[in-house]
Amino acid sequence: MRPYLRYLLPLAIFLVLVGFFAAGLKLNPREVPSPLIDKPAPAFDLPLLSDVGKKFSPEQMRGQVWVLNVWASWCGACRDEHPVLMAMSRQGALAIVGLNYKDTNAEAATVLKNSGNPYQFVAVDADGRTGIDYGVYGVPESYIIDKQGIIRYKQIGPMTANVLREKIMPLVKGLQ
Amino acid sequence: MKLSILKVLSALLLILPLLACTEARPLADDPAVEVRLRHLSHELRCLVCQNQTLADSNAPLAQDLRQEVRELIVKGLNDQEITDYLVVRYGDFVRYRPAVNAQTLLLWIGPALLLAIGFGSLWWTLRRRNSLLADIDNNDQEEKEEEA
Repeated sequence: MRPYLRYLLPLAIFLVLVGFFAAGLKLNPREVPSPLIDKPAPAFDLPLLSDVGKKFSPEQMRGQVWVLNVWASWCGACRDEHPVLMAMSRQGALAIVGLNYKDTNAEAATVLKNSGNPYQFVAVDADGRTGIDYGVYGVPESYIIDKQGIIRYKQIGPMTANVLREKIMPLVKGLQ
Repeated sequence: MKLSILKVLSALLLILPLLACTEARPLADDPAVEVRLRHLSHELRCLVCQNQTLADSNAPLAQDLRQEVRELIVKGLNDQEITDYLVVRYGDFVRYRPAVNAQTLLLWIGPALLLAIGFGSLWWTLRRRNSLLADIDNNDQEEKEEEA
């Protein structure tokens, strides 16, 4: 072994480790990548919040790019996200469907009445079963679903104006 | 008297955390189902409190998932099928014990690999040191012979 290599080799190993740790620090351990990306959106048939006699199923959205937003009135981050959803619905670039997760209809309806309703439909998942099919583990979560009914993207945690501009809008433009 | 009140209070303090974090209690209907549920939920991860198994977690999602697993057991799915059912929805991360595949190979063999590298370099260094020492001995001998 050449003499300088004896000092450079540990330094190189150290730098590689620093690189790994630095990358690791930036990862968010709460974000578990969804295995459902590029898979068909799981089917469901759930009552509408606005009219429990009627039902919503993802089949109805065939031919459109849409977002399935999982939310609840008890979820604080959903309140942060609400203005972004309102802005999205004003822009009208894609339809927003809400999945009201483990909530009561009265409370969910009150939230929408008081702060505005960005949703085209709100389906009621009272027992969280559909949530399990979608791999929901923390609200809010949003799924971008394409015209063929394939999930293209999952946003874990609230959508922000930044995420909307940088990730979702370019993706939706490509899918349209 | 004062001391005994203090004792009682500290005893209560010791008990408090126990009350707060009892292991989530499965609802016993069919004992055989509950035994399988308990076994399975030790192999599955709660996605909310990620370092806990489904058995340890009291998070609402963990309760829902236990209920789901319970129903799958009643439906007659085997352990492998139930695990797959959850992996399809939540990904490999839901397994508390990582599966052995191309992605996790380093995780599984990494420690053994590092140990082997350690022993390898130890062996190499010792061998080198021995040959260096032998060289020095030889040189000393030669020098002595020259002096003589």
